[in-house]
Amino acid sequence: MEKKATAKHKPAGRKKNRQLGLFEPAAPQKQPVEVEPAQEKSSAAPPQRRSSPSMAERLAREQREISVSEFFSKNRHLLGFDNPQKALLTAVKEAVDNSLDACEEAGILPEIKVSIQPVSETRFKVVICDNGPGIIHGQVGKIFGKLLYGSKFHRLKQSRGQQGIGISAAVMYSQLTTGKPVIITSRTRADRPAHRLGVKIDTRRNAPEIVLDEQTSWPEASETGTLVELELEGVYRGGKRSVDQYIQQTAIANPHATIHYHDPMGQEHHYNRLTDKLPPQPTQIKPHPHGVELGMLASMLKETRARNLKTALSRDFSRVSERIALAICQQAGVSPEARPHKLALSEIEALHRAMGQVKIISPPTSCVVPIGEELLRRSLEQGVQADFFTSITRPPAVYRGNPFQIEAALAWGGNLPAEELCTLLRFANRVPLQYQQSDCAITRAVMEVDWRNYRVQQARGALPSGPLVVLVHIASVWVPFTSESKEAVARYPEIVREIKLALQQLGRRLGLYLSARRRDAEQQRKASYIETYIPHIGIALQEILGLKDEEKTRLENTLKDTLQRSRRLV
Amino acid sequence: MAGKKKSRSEEQASGLQTKVSRRMLQSIQEQARSVEQHILQGKKPSLRFPVRSLANVRYRPEVGYFELRGRKKERTLTVGTVKTFAQTLRMMALSKELVQGDDIATKREAYYVSKNWGPARFNEQPESDTVIDDIEALFQVNREQLGFIPEEKGGEVAGRLVVLDRDRDSGKLLRIDCTRFGSGAYSIPISVEHLGFETDAKFILAIETAGMFQRLVKHNYWKKADCILVSMGGVPTRACRRFIRRLSDEKKLPVYVFVDCDPYGIGNIYRTLKVGSGNAAHINEYFCVPRARYLGITPDDITHYQLPTHPLKDVDIKRAKDALKNDPFILRYKEWQEAFEKLMKMGVRAEQQALAKWGLNYVIDTYLPEKLAHPEKFLP
Repeated sequence: MEKKATAKHKPAGRKKNRQLGLFEPAAPQKQPVEVEPAQEKSSAAPPQRRSSPSMAERLAREQREISVSEFFSKNRHLLGFDNPQKALLTAVKEAVDNSLDACEEAGILPEIKVSIQPVSETRFKVVICDNGPGIIHGQVGKIFGKLLYGSKFHRLKQSRGQQGIGISAAVMYSQLTTGKPVIITSRTRADRPAHRLGVKIDTRRNAPEIVLDEQTSWPEASETGTLVELELEGVYRGGKRSVDQYIQQTAIANPHATIHYHDPMGQEHHYNRLTDKLPPQPTQIKPHPHGVELGMLASMLKETRARNLKTALSRDFSRVSERIALAICQQAGVSPEARPHKLALSEIEALHRAMGQVKIISPPTSCVVPIGEELLRRSLEQGVQADFFTSITRPPAVYRGNPFQIEAALAWGGNLPAEELCTLLRFANRVPLQYQQSDCAITRAVMEVDWRNYRVQQARGALPSGPLVVLVHIASVWVPFTSESKEAVARYPEIVREIKLALQQLGRRLGLYLSARRRDAEQQRKASYIETYIPHIGIALQEILGLKDEEKTRLENTLKDTLQRSRRLV
Repeated sequence: MAGKKKSRSEEQASGLQTKVSRRMLQSIQEQARSVEQHILQGKKPSLRFPVRSLANVRYRPEVGYFELRGRKKERTLTVGTVKTFAQTLRMMALSKELVQGDDIATKREAYYVSKNWGPARFNEQPESDTVIDDIEALFQVNREQLGFIPEEKGGEVAGRLVVLDRDRDSGKLLRIDCTRFGSGAYSIPISVEHLGFETDAKFILAIETAGMFQRLVKHNYWKKADCILVSMGGVPTRACRRFIRRLSDEKKLPVYVFVDCDPYGIGNIYRTLKVGSGNAAHINEYFCVPRARYLGITPDDITHYQLPTHPLKDVDIKRAKDALKNDPFILRYKEWQEAFEKLMKMGVRAEQQALAKWGLNYVIDTYLPEKLAHPEKFLP
């Protein structure tokens, strides 16, 4: 972390424009890097992966000098701070997601401590501590005290950072509600002391304001790490969509991480890692022509370093050879030798259409990293008390040029409530999705599966019911969310189809399990039936025929044999 | 047709009893032996019962009662039937014990005996009754032969009849004069095979309700009409049917039936008295009165006598429809089908006591004399 941060220190000049990237998936901001020079430049243009710019985007375009704090308070719902309960959750989420990302990028097995202490009824102190690489002194202010610092605009790489806008938004919220700075303690090398900084955001300039800067000793056992303390207005509630559930689900989706959670009631929860193997770092891929949208294409062509269109296409896109590039140009009726930045909008539109028409092989799918079938099952086993577990990792697939991979798992029986709808756990790139369940493609797919085929009850058009947990994870370089708040996956047919296939496979296994169990119970019942009543047949025949006891016993045993044999045949 | 302690007092019957008992014991043992042999051969034993339902009976007027059509159900010993199978065998064992020891048990007592069978016991008496009925049908005998007797009362008799019975202890002949019960009546015993009759009555009047019976007895109607009155108290018991059958056969007396005009009075009470039931079809031959005729109340009486009525209940309508569709007796007689259809069309039913509308003794003074003047008009 430290190394990267120093090596790729950014010129300050790029920051102004960053505002335009507001609604890009929040980058894990502790790793403000990983951006190629070409992409670095292109990131200056408005990212247009969304089909229509949101209200806030348009607002941002018109008002370059908008006050960040004003912007924040107007748009807090987009950033996950719309109500005090969610604000607490979002703050924890941002910090935990960042910690996990930082650890993984540094090749460290994450061990994260989360603590929420009530200061008053509506105010909480949130402390998140990781064993990551730490943050060098010079970066702390920018990461925590500057909204929209660090991003990854045209980078197509599976990462968390699906929620809200990053840790600086949490700092902002904390500052708005309590007026207090965020305290960051971090150590980047075992042989050096830690530094402790108090950071506030200068909302007028959107710049960090360091209110405390001191050397201190690192309070944790790990060699390096970061400890973040912030205080904010919030409401703590248990149950669905609570921080507790977020932590628990995060532990399920990250079996390589150990998480300690100290909840506001003072209770300790420990989630120990199931594996010492870090998931492989996802590789980055270039956009695939089938997934690119018009605006993005326009900006890519504007930013390209290639001198002609043919080269631009084959260099900046995934799976585009020179031959394919020529085919696209021909289909679009645009000269392959044209200068990319000089293309007219109509020509770009023609190119965009052509890209959809020319046959191009799917993007490489190796860039998607699933949790893994076995690990997912074991992880669910640890998180849920049930009798039966099964899991599946589907082969990677592609929607609109974006590789993705579906994993699913089921848990049945045990302590799960039998009379209610199933519990549905949704994950996108290992991050739990806790809101907007009904809008999500995952929910839709679960409802579309006919669970009655698998001996599970299900009302028409509803989730199945019974002692059942359904877990679905979508890993993708680009998870299509239905809205900016990034809580529901959009219903692309390819995605729904893959989820359904995964669930159907699991459903069949569950059905087999359930019918085997029913058969066992039936056999048990029949066996006891035989044991119970055959002696009475013996007694009756003995009484009528005056049999001797040996004869009676022989009779009973023969009959038992006969019935048990026929039972197996049935 | 024996199997009762009382019958032992008659020497002739006593010999018969022993013979019947011996035959019964033999049947039970043969059946048990067959089950045992099947088991020892590693086969699943089975018992074959005639199907006891209206669907398995046939009605021919020349025979006069419901005959079994011979359809049987087989109860093979499997895991699913092992409980009932065990219960049936244990009930057979109980029967064997009763017959052998010349004892009897009421159906209720048999039910209580089963309480000693551990898990094979019956939870409710209808369950044990069904098993008894099954065994009865299996051996094609009367349950009394198996040693089981019913709780039910046989019915009551008053009028010009002397019943010949014997004293249980002394064996002396008893002459029971049914004219001498005053306002009371003679009770039909559970077994009637040993009874003898003396009478100069012209007919037997079988009455559905005790209330109507009481009225006719009180006013000595039997004297006036030269008849024997029998109160059936709803659907006649086997003993009551057998009593009327023997009496009417021996003394060549016509039997007239006087019941409520509703599907139950016609389809259940009268039908069962005349031709027997689907449930006990294997013994209908003895427990029915084919010569019985239906005096009233007929649907025509309702209009003719302008009787007060009640609307037909849903169960009545269902019963009527069912009879029209499934009852071989009703299906045999157009008159009955017309009667049912008329009743359904009117949508009403009328009770015997409705005649009281015209005065309490209207039934004695007017209705019965008018009806009895034309026995040829009685329904079949």
